[in-house]
Amino acid sequence: MKTIYILWLRQLKRHVRSRSRMIGSLGQPLLFLIALGFGFGPIYQKAGGGSYIEFLAPGIMAMSILFTALFSGIEIIWDRQFGFLKETMVAPVSRFKIMFGRTLGGATVAIMQGVIVFILSLIIGFHVQSFNLILPALIFMFLIALMFAGLGTAIASVLEDMQGFQLIMNFLVMPIFFLSGALFPLNNLPPAINFITRIDPLTYGVDALRGSLLLNASHFGLLTDSLVLVIIVIVFLAVGSYLFSRMEA
Amino acid sequence: MVKKFGDFKAVDNISFAVPEGEIFAFLGPNGAGKTTTIRMLTTLLHPTSGAIKINGFETVKNSDAVRRSFGIVFQDPSLDDELTAWENLELHGVLYGVEKKLRHERMEELLKLVELWDRKNELVKNFSGGMKRRLEIARGLIHHPKIFFLDEPTIGLDPQTRNHMWNYVKELNQKEHITVFFTTHYMEEVEKVAQKIAIIDYGKIVAQGTLEELRAKYNKSSLEEIFLDLTGHDIRAAGANAADHMRANRRHWRH
Repeated sequence: MKTIYILWLRQLKRHVRSRSRMIGSLGQPLLFLIALGFGFGPIYQKAGGGSYIEFLAPGIMAMSILFTALFSGIEIIWDRQFGFLKETMVAPVSRFKIMFGRTLGGATVAIMQGVIVFILSLIIGFHVQSFNLILPALIFMFLIALMFAGLGTAIASVLEDMQGFQLIMNFLVMPIFFLSGALFPLNNLPPAINFITRIDPLTYGVDALRGSLLLNASHFGLLTDSLVLVIIVIVFLAVGSYLFSRMEA
Repeated sequence: MVKKFGDFKAVDNISFAVPEGEIFAFLGPNGAGKTTTIRMLTTLLHPTSGAIKINGFETVKNSDAVRRSFGIVFQDPSLDDELTAWENLELHGVLYGVEKKLRHERMEELLKLVELWDRKNELVKNFSGGMKRRLEIARGLIHHPKIFFLDEPTIGLDPQTRNHMWNYVKELNQKEHITVFFTTHYMEEVEKVAQKIAIIDYGKIVAQGTLEELRAKYNKSSLEEIFLDLTGHDIRAAGANAADHMRANRRHWRH
């Protein structure tokens, strides 16, 4: 328990201390909210979709959680290159605890980012219909965060160094975000895109956030979303901890 | 023990014993198998065949007991730069399950020993190479290990720091009766501190004994000459291994 706690705390401290990274990582969501939100707002309204900012904000929250959580997992590569990983690997604690502590830390940091984006979107014009819905929203944020922190760990356990990072960014992270329904409604899509959105795990995260922050805005229903999310979280964490336990420091 | 990577025998059927309380120097040219051996001794790698006992425990079967038995200073820095000196030690103490009160006592004692007590709340990234090394030594001792591994601990340190460092290590060895196992390329360090020496080359141990025994056997007074006689004068074209790549990359990321 203490092992998990101290590694969780380490992730938190590292995040809070690198202010430039913390603030830097808010630039992108803010830009998306403002440029897309206000840019596409009028067309979206004309097409009968209602307020685009309302629709977009949960998607952008999910995006910032995706990025932060995935990078916190990928930080293992940094730890390997800077040598710290060896220190944890020769300690008399199980690899699973090490992985779990880090992942929880990464997920917590990601939720923090998600909450900051939530507050930013309130300033820009997002409306919460009932503050009772914030707790479920936080739980969904946590699931999204755990899922991608686990995925990041899995990726980092396999990658030798940061050379493959660009590849991961352009062929995994960006598609996960852009094809998740964060930016567009899931109705009446071309069959190919429709299929891809259904196999994109973030789709269910975005849908659940939207469903909990805006009443009746969920496409699949919160129950389906929760079920899918929990299953994917378990699978990604299992794969992540398996690969992490096999990794050589 | 033997360690093969594919067809390549990095460590080829070596065998040695380090008696409790001794300072043991493990020498060899680059690529001779030193680090592979240390990685096996410290449970990071499993031997292809053979067995290793550390403090009476088998490294493969009983790795947690082995891990609790030793402290280590790695060849490359292994601190978390974004944490303070105190936090680095705290993390180590918790991972090794040292009770809070005892942990903090030892942390204070060790930080004073390595003369970093005044800077305990500074981020490690602001430390010099020598300070980082000292902190790593302190860290490796928090759980009061029986054996202390030092893998080229003095690389890149100035003579003052090196001198200081070996004084701490000798003091620890004498006062706390800690067994020390170290590698280095500096032969004068070995002559000064080591009670027993083993020289490894191409994965095999080519000489083993006390300094006096080696001197008598090879009829040379300086260890450096003995070393060069045994391992040759040519510079090794050791192919860059994974660790070298990583080191190069690390440098790349720092700039």
